[in-house]
Amino acid sequence: MEVPDVIKTIPLNWYIYFSTLLFCIGVVGVLIRRNALIVLMCVELMLNAVNLLFTSFSAYRSDPQGQIFVFFIMVVAAAEVSVGLAIIVMLYRNLKSVDVGILNKLKW
Amino acid sequence: MIHVFWFLLFLAVISASMVVFSRNPIHSVLYLIITFFALSGHYLLLNAQFLAVVNIIVYAGAIMVLFLFVIMFLNLRRETEVQKPIAVKFAAVISGLILLAVLLGALVKADAQPGSEVNSQIGMVENLGKVLFSDFLLPFELASVLFLVAMVGAIMLGKRDPGEPTI
Repeated sequence: MEVPDVIKTIPLNWYIYFSTLLFCIGVVGVLIRRNALIVLMCVELMLNAVNLLFTSFSAYRSDPQGQIFVFFIMVVAAAEVSVGLAIIVMLYRNLKSVDVGILNKLKW
Repeated sequence: MIHVFWFLLFLAVISASMVVFSRNPIHSVLYLIITFFALSGHYLLLNAQFLAVVNIIVYAGAIMVLFLFVIMFLNLRRETEVQKPIAVKFAAVISGLILLAVLLGALVKADAQPGSEVNSQIGMVENLGKVLFSDFLLPFELASVLFLVAMVGAIMLGKRDPGEPTI
């Protein structure tokens, strides 16, 4: 069975660092932006960082279950985005804004 | 091979930062699509063909079109987003860097070795399909129920009450 070139030349740790970096970029995005749509996109970025980590472990350890998990994460993310965007559209209709600073109705 | 790896890594990281820092939401969406394509390239490098294709179809295709549609629908092209105070932004970036430092510090000692025997065929469609429809059949069916519930929920949220003015 032929071993892929990446697994021979690139250590698994690099993929771990890479997905850590992507995850932290997503966290910073959630913290510094006020546009609810961009916040949702940064959540997608974090999910993708985790997907990459699952895939790299799955490929390096030859275990298909990690890639099945990535598939389920994508499915759940698609459902989450459809409901989240519907909520944002509804909030825009009521508040005329997608600013998360205004969305303090759930405070207290 | 290693050059492709570094190219895709920098492409993904730079476009991910541009998602966070670009002012125009449409530019954010486009940069996020570039990030997804770079990640699909990584999946191809890791011999996960199925995930590479599904990533392009689901994320770069469906989800980002949904985002773009909502941005156009709400007419957010104007760059009118209220910015957070500079101190809050600074604190947010600092806490993100601290999180990065903590995670890297925890992982730098990690001894992640590849498995003893490497099977390059696990990411192929037929292999994943066999696993998906034998071991993971119940979660797969539950995912379809989840989609149905999400669709009904989105329709109920988006529906207007009678007499409510349009946008």
